This record gives sequence, structure tokens and C-alpha cells, in this order.
Amino acid sequence: MLLLALIALPVLAAAVAAALASDRQRPVVLPVAAAGHLALTLAAISARSPSSLGGWLALDPPGRLVLLLLSSLFAICAVYAVGYLRYRQELSNRVFVPCLLGFLGMTTLVVCAQHLGLMWVGVEAATLTTAPLIYFNRTPRSIEATWKYLLVGSVGIALALLGSFFLAYASLGGDSSLLFSDLLLRADRMDRSWLRAAFVLLLVGYGTKMGLAPMHTWKPDAYGEAPGVVGALLAGGLTNCAFLALVRVFHICAAAGEGAWAGRLLVFFGLLSIAVAAVFMVGQRDFKRMLAYSSIEHMGILVLGVGLGGNGIFAAMLHMLNNGMTKGVLFLSAANIHRAFASKSIDQVRGAMRRVPLSGTLFLFGFFAITGSPPFGPFVSEFLIVSRALAADRFLVAGGVLLLLLVVFVGMGRTVLAMVQGLPSPDAERTRYHDGLLTGLPVVVSMAIVLLLGLHIPSPLAALLRDAAAYLERIP
Amino acid sequence: MLRLSLVNLILVGVLLLNLFMLGTSRIRGLIQAAALQGVALGAILLLMADHRDWNTALLAIATVVLKGSVIPRMLHRALREAQIKREVEPLIGFVPTMLLGAVGTLLSIAFASGLPLAPQHQELLIVPASFSTVVTGFILLTTRIKAITQAIGYLVLENGIFIFGMLLVDAMPFLVEIGVLLDVFVGIFVVSIIIHHIHREFASLDTRRLASLKE
Repeated sequence: MLLLALIALPVLAAAVAAALASDRQRPVVLPVAAAGHLALTLAAISARSPSSLGGWLALDPPGRLVLLLLSSLFAICAVYAVGYLRYRQELSNRVFVPCLLGFLGMTTLVVCAQHLGLMWVGVEAATLTTAPLIYFNRTPRSIEATWKYLLVGSVGIALALLGSFFLAYASLGGDSSLLFSDLLLRADRMDRSWLRAAFVLLLVGYGTKMGLAPMHTWKPDAYGEAPGVVGALLAGGLTNCAFLALVRVFHICAAAGEGAWAGRLLVFFGLLSIAVAAVFMVGQRDFKRMLAYSSIEHMGILVLGVGLGGNGIFAAMLHMLNNGMTKGVLFLSAANIHRAFASKSIDQVRGAMRRVPLSGTLFLFGFFAITGSPPFGPFVSEFLIVSRALAADRFLVAGGVLLLLLVVFVGMGRTVLAMVQGLPSPDAERTRYHDGLLTGLPVVVSMAIVLLLGLHIPSPLAALLRDAAAYLERIP
Repeated sequence: MLRLSLVNLILVGVLLLNLFMLGTSRIRGLIQAAALQGVALGAILLLMADHRDWNTALLAIATVVLKGSVIPRMLHRALREAQIKREVEPLIGFVPTMLLGAVGTLLSIAFASGLPLAPQHQELLIVPASFSTVVTGFILLTTRIKAITQAIGYLVLENGIFIFGMLLVDAMPFLVEIGVLLDVFVGIFVVSIIIHHIHREFASLDTRRLASLKE
């Protein structure tokens, strides 16, 4: 019942928001629904093993982590969105607010779904609810971004469906339940050629949704044109749901004894993503597109961690939390800077720390955090992933990752420092935006979480992380 | 036995429709061919189910109505409202794309022969027909420049995946199948709205104009 309520609450809230007539009142539904969702999430995580609908909905240990991240990030973004929509009163939010809530409902469905097909339905539905969000600004550029997002994303998801069918058929007409627990149990009796073909298709499909190279082409366009709050939810929420889907499939492969083969594929796509992102981040002049490439890089780090296996899985789970929260900081503060300068090109944006001191400072801290500087969270998880590579004698992988991370640090650093330092150029447009409570405090909160994750992981969270890693390493 | 040869006969029809879609120069013909494929899928679904119960019948009806009528109608409307020219406008010519489709079909048959099948599926053409339809959808998506023909390409791609789903008709629970159909429907719905907006902003559905976002 708890899980059904968790999915139904945002969907009902979306209906309420759609029914409200006033553009000024509608955004208030967001924080109310987010608070309810967060409370239910905490209850569901602490309950022993909630499950509904005959096992179709349940929370597995990795699901708990993603749900916690998703719900917290949405709560942060919900408060921010109220402030954001006040600045955008010239645009109706009649579609925007219900779609945000629908997005929360559908991503929660992905996390809770323990059925291969139901999980796919959730990913597809979440994709569809985000398309109108990317198109919020109604400019020709945002249409172009939405079209590419829908087309590339839909083809990817279609391939994931074909992969799901393959996985279902790998039992060749034997037991045909598609619940993950059953798939894990009969994995070693599956036909290998169908299983491998299924994994490749699912990797390409959900990898497209994550934005792994070379299926990442939609990402810079969508993140560049979408409002910052949508970028934060995509980069910290939806991509992690796709990652969860991929991890669950990887777990089935590992249970079938194909873990080494699948791990090699993950390491390859991980390294490729980090490399592609590094190349495009050097000399990037559009700072929202730069964040998109940073997201591609960190999705690469996540699959790399899982592909390395062992302690790498724990590190990847931790990195998922770190990256999700840091992306919240970066996208939301970048959106504030974007609004203060009416530009997202570093040709116009200079001296952000003078014009919007809070957002400028947070953006700078966010940059240090995401590039793996201590004492922030991502430092710990990236360190763990590299040391796992060394422990597994994969010196080339470890060296390559370190080199690429350095390139990213330098490339991203040049763009970020040019933005925040100096004086705003006199001919740069001055908008009416100033840092306020609603668009400032949520970013401070997520920055504080990133810092906390780097200094000390609270013991309940550490237990959740250990459970998730142990669950994924265990072969039933 | 009769049932299986009937399924194979329909699948051959699906394969011929694939070639027709790659060769036709009229968008209207393309939409009608995709709709006909949708009806064929409903028919195969009824023939494939071992236990013909209400759920399967309902799913077959939903397939025929959505893929055979509602979605094509939406595409026709998008075509009318956007008042675009009726030609398909390929990036590469029709004969090369048909050749590409034929090669794709041959490769599908070769690839399918390498995968083991359950005993009750040995005689069926489902796997090659499915792969070939997926390839056709992919070719339409990548070599046609209008937004609406890309949407039709996606629909054909989904048809191909749906054909593969026939092997699992007894395994995939009803709810999921309905969910899949509904997602396709909503997807095409969202796409036709976007098509409308593309037309309004760019006065064209030529996706080559959607090229301002790049490095």
C-alpha cells in the first residue's frame, strides 16, 4: 500500500495542479506534494520490505537509494520551482507543473517496479512527461531540442523494449515470469545468445536514456535549452533511474555467469563516455551545455564503477548520490546566473560572483565538487572507483580515468572561472533577477548535502549503501 | 498447422509492406501502409494466443483500433494541418533505400537463424519479420527528412518490436502489453503536437532546419 501511495500521490497532485485555474497558485502544489512524497519515502525505506500488487512493486536495496535521492532532489527542486515560476509569469505553467509532478510519479514507478515490462513502461512514461518540460520556453531552439530528445530517446527506449523481450525469451518458453526475483533465480538456465543480445540492446536502450556516449547526442541540446530546474531533475533523477534499470539487468547477467563479459562492455562504454565528454568540455562556451557534458562524464563513471565489480559497485552507488546532488547545485545555480545575465554564453557572462554573489559562489563550489576536489562527496566516490581499478590490476583503466578527469578539471575550470571572476562587462544586459530565498536556499541545502557526503556518511545511509552493494554482488 | 501457416502468410504481407514503405513517395501511402501493418498485428495476436480469452481479444482490438485507426488518423490530421507537400523527400533515393531494406531483411534472416527458438516457434517467420520491420523503421527514421515521416518510422519500429512480442503472448501479462500500447499512443500524440509547433515556428517540417544546436 505504501508504494502504491508513493506513486499515486504525485499523480493525484498533478491532477489537482491541472485543475487549478490560477498560474500564481498552481506552483504551490509542488512543495506540498514533494513534502508528502519525501515523508512516504522515508517511511518506505525504513519499513522492512514493502511490496504491493503481488510483488510487482517492491523496494530492492538499490531502489531504496535511488528513491531517497529522487525524492530529496525533487523536494529541493520543488521549492526552487516556486521561485523560478514567479520570475516567469509571462508563461503559463498549466502544463509545466502537472508534468513535473507526473515526472515524479513515473520515476517513482521505475524505482519500485520489480517487473521488467512495468519498469519499461515507467521509463517511457517518464520520458514523455519530460518532453513538455524541455519545451517550456517555447523558442525555436527549445522545439529543436525537444524533437531530438523525443526522437533519440524514443528509439533508445524502443530498443530497450526489444531487449526486454529478448530477456524474456531467453528462457525459451520455460518459466516465463518477468519479475526480477524470478529472472535472477533462473538466470543460469537461460540461453546465452539471447541473453547477450538482450544485454546489448538494453545497454544501448537504457544507455541512451542515461546519455552514455555515443548515444548522448540529445543531451547537450536538451539540457542546454530546458529550464535549469528541469536539467537538475533530468541529470539527477531520470538518468539515475535509467542507471538503476541497467544495473538490474547487469545483475541478471552476473547471475547467469556472464558478469565478466557484461562488465567489459560497461567499462568500455564508461571510458568512452568520459573521453567524449572531456573532449567537448574543453573550450565549451555555453555553460549549460558544459553541464550536459559533465552529466555524460559522470554517467560514464557510474557504469565504469559497476563494470569494475567488487568494491566498484559500492563506489558507483555512492557516486550516484554524490553526482545527483551536485548536479542539483550546478544546474540550479547556473540557471540563476543565466537569468541574471540573460545569456548562457561565457562571452557575455563575467563576474557572476559580483552580480549574484550567492549563486556565483555556489556554482564555483559545485564545480570543485563535481571535478572531485576534496572535501566534497564526489571526491570520495571517484577515489574509491579509481582504487578499485588499481586493486583489480586494471592500471590502464585507472590511468586513463585519472588523465581524463584532469582534462575535465582544466577544461571545465577555464569556463567556470571565466564566468564567476572579474567584473560584469558594462554592455552585458542587467535583468531584474536577484538571488532570493526561494531560488537560493534550495541550492544551499543541496550543497550542504554534497559537503556532508564528503565529510561523513550518516550511519543509516552507509547501511543502505552497503545493503545495495551486497545485494548486487550476491548471486542467488 | 493451418493457424501457423496463416500467421506466416500475414508476416509475408508485413514484409512486403516494409518494402512498399521504403519505396513509396507519398506520405499518405506511408501512413496507410503503417496502419495496415497495425491491423495485421492484431490478427497475428489473435492467431498466436494459445488460450483465446477475453484479455487477448481485448488486446487485439486495442491494437487494431490504436495502430490501425487512431494513430493514423492523428498523423493524417497533422499532415493536413501543417499543409505540407505530400512527397516523402528522402535524403537518399528510393531505389537505394529499397536495396538497403532488402539487405536488412536478408541480414535479419541470417541473424535470426543463429538464435535458438522454442519448439513451438520453429516453423514461424516471426523473428526475421520482426527484425526486418525494426530495420525498416530505422531506415525511415534516418533517411527521411520530414518530421512526420520520422514519426512514421518510429511507429514502424514499434510495430517490429510488437511482432517479436507475439512470441511472448502467453508470458507477457496483459497489463504490461496495454501499457506498451498506451505509451506508443501517447508518444505519437506528443510527437504530433510537436510537429504542429515545428510547423508554426519554422513554417516547414524539414528537420534539416532543426540544426541550430550543435558544437
